[in-house]
Amino acid sequence: MRFAGLFGRQRSASTAHHRLQVLLMHERCAGGKPDLIPILREDILAAIGKHVTVDPDKVRLKIERGEMVSLLEIDIEIPTSMKHGQDRFATGVQFPLSWG
Amino acid sequence: MAQVVVVTSGKGGVGKTTSTAALGAALARAGERVAVIDFDVGLRNLDLVMGAERRVVFDLIHVVQGTARLSQALIRDKRIDTLFLLAASQTRDKESLSEDGVERVIRELRPSFDWIICDSPAGIERGASLAMRHADLAVVVANPEVSSVRDSDRIIGLLDSTTDKAKRGELMEKYLLLTRYDPARAERGEMLCVDDVLEILCIPLLGIIPESKDVLHASNMGLPVTLNNPASAPARAYNDAARRLQGEQVQLVVPSDKTTLLSKLLGRRAA
Repeated sequence: MRFAGLFGRQRSASTAHHRLQVLLMHERCAGGKPDLIPILREDILAAIGKHVTVDPDKVRLKIERGEMVSLLEIDIEIPTSMKHGQDRFATGVQFPLSWG
Repeated sequence: MAQVVVVTSGKGGVGKTTSTAALGAALARAGERVAVIDFDVGLRNLDLVMGAERRVVFDLIHVVQGTARLSQALIRDKRIDTLFLLAASQTRDKESLSEDGVERVIRELRPSFDWIICDSPAGIERGASLAMRHADLAVVVANPEVSSVRDSDRIIGLLDSTTDKAKRGELMEKYLLLTRYDPARAERGEMLCVDDVLEILCIPLLGIIPESKDVLHASNMGLPVTLNNPASAPARAYNDAARRLQGEQVQLVVPSDKTTLLSKLLGRRAA
């Protein structure tokens, strides 16, 4: 059993430790504050909505919370009157950690 | 049209979340479209066990309250593209779950999936009650241990009285998933054996998951047990249970881990 402890098991414990550190860092920062993501989504959609009509169903959000930065990806399909049908407008915004 | 399954137990810590992730991944790997929903609002963990904790944007409460669409809140698994997670909220409490909202979520999910697996919180309060409300079938997770079996009996009573299916006068299908089972200890009379538990609970057996170090290893890695090491004993047991859910007749055996030469020399079974 000691042998197993030296190899695979120990690696999985350090993976677990690292995952928890990153997750809890984010959760402790966010504690008590309103959800940032929906607020950002509304503001960004409102800004784009001033110029074009956006179907809320055609908005996709992805987040990847990292150690140093979190990456929020907002993917918005904007219909155009051009022959090509639909253009896609995508924006990737990097949020510094301090934003929680 | 999806089958709605609730994974429930009454008692905490018996393996509901582990089992939800493992069964969901096993069904999805078999080509089924699966949505797993975490009903443990305020104490979510299904995201962590499935390795999606960094990717949660919207959760069940957002969808229930109408601030996000279902399509935006469903997180597609990175390894299996027919497996989706709907996370619970970490910051709200269970009172935020409205009956109407949950009903709407289940109704909207049904046409797009083959399986909707609801991971119930422990206890018998609101969260647990809403998780089981719309179920077509219940998986009762129990450990071979007195308090777990007693709580399972209580949950079986609630499944038969408080669910929509029960209220319509229909029979709720219930299956036992016995987890953390140690055949050697049961054989020695140190642990309730399968027959003891079945005799008390009187529901058919879906599977027996052996006690195994692979379960902790999988959760450390953020992988469902059935994906982390499909050849491991608990993974095979969960895969068999998933096949039984699909209606297959699978012989009931308790898979055991293979012994390695080294562990044989040391006189112990490998993990």
